[in-house]
Amino acid sequence: MKTIKIIALVFLVVLVGIQFVPTNRNQSEVVPKSDFMLVNNVPKDVQDKLKVSCYDCHSNNTEYPWYNRIQPVAWFLENHIREGKSELNFNEWGELSDRRKNSKLRSIISQIEDDEMPLDSYTFIHWDAKFSELEKKEIIKYMTQLKNSL
Amino acid sequence: MKTVKVSLGVMAMAFAVISTSCKNNEKNSNTTIEDAATERAVPMEENRMESSNAAQTDASLTTYLELKNALVNDDQEAAAKAGEKMVGQLKTFKTENYEQNDQQELQDIIEDATEHAEHIAESPIGHQREHFDILSKDMIDLIDIVGTSQKLYQAYCPMYNNNKGAQWLSVTKEIKNPYYGSKMMDCGEVQREIN
Repeated sequence: MKTIKIIALVFLVVLVGIQFVPTNRNQSEVVPKSDFMLVNNVPKDVQDKLKVSCYDCHSNNTEYPWYNRIQPVAWFLENHIREGKSELNFNEWGELSDRRKNSKLRSIISQIEDDEMPLDSYTFIHWDAKFSELEKKEIIKYMTQLKNSL
Repeated sequence: MKTVKVSLGVMAMAFAVISTSCKNNEKNSNTTIEDAATERAVPMEENRMESSNAAQTDASLTTYLELKNALVNDDQEAAAKAGEKMVGQLKTFKTENYEQNDQQELQDIIEDATEHAEHIAESPIGHQREHFDILSKDMIDLIDIVGTSQKLYQAYCPMYNNNKGAQWLSVTKEIKNPYYGSKMMDCGEVQREIN
């Protein structure tokens, strides 16, 4: 019993301790000229959906949930966002060459088609980020059109 | 005592939930590969060109062909291994010996190809094939600029990617389809001979 008590106490101390570790917040007021929405002529409904469903992890500005204030949640989110941005950052779209855009669009289309994006772990909490069949179709249609126009 | 136990349990569960929900995208990351039963690509020409330029293309081309053969054989592990090898080779590709225009194009191709090779190194076979499609285009463009000492055939499968079609490079005229493997081994045709 005594050991359980000690373990619990250590656990608690660690849990409290890590709350003081600072995190890098992915937030920026400026939307650069190279942003996907500014470079392309994106229909309003597609724009809105992309912002809600993709921009949290694929741009320089995340709208954080309240629980991002709690560790270790913040670390997991930070990690997701870092990975997400390294794969695709919509804010930097205009800086990509046509070859790179083509590759990115191919991946965007296939990931959405296969329901791999947005991630289940994300839509689990962000219900509004889920794609309905119609939204899926519209976004894929737009992305395909954009890919063909390159 | 009981409360301690209960709170411990709650904490453990909270941790479990958090960690599993974030594991989704990590699952395929390290594929371990044992022995290499990879079919070797045709060995390079005996009298390999002295130039380091051709040599560096030949190195990644050989790996590309290994990758292609792995996909023909429906071998995800061998394909992943080849993808990983290719990442390393592409990273050391030197572009400074080329003209200004070509340099930029080459850097672009290499950056793109590297990303596809990285994905091939850690994806299930369906995704590997998708990335192989674009990687093949990159390789074709790369060879158009840099050249190669190898005799190559550029083949085309009209069915892949919802009938949008996909190309690949091979050292033999005979069609062995890397996009469908055993499902449709002979789908495709030779479009062009290189060298």
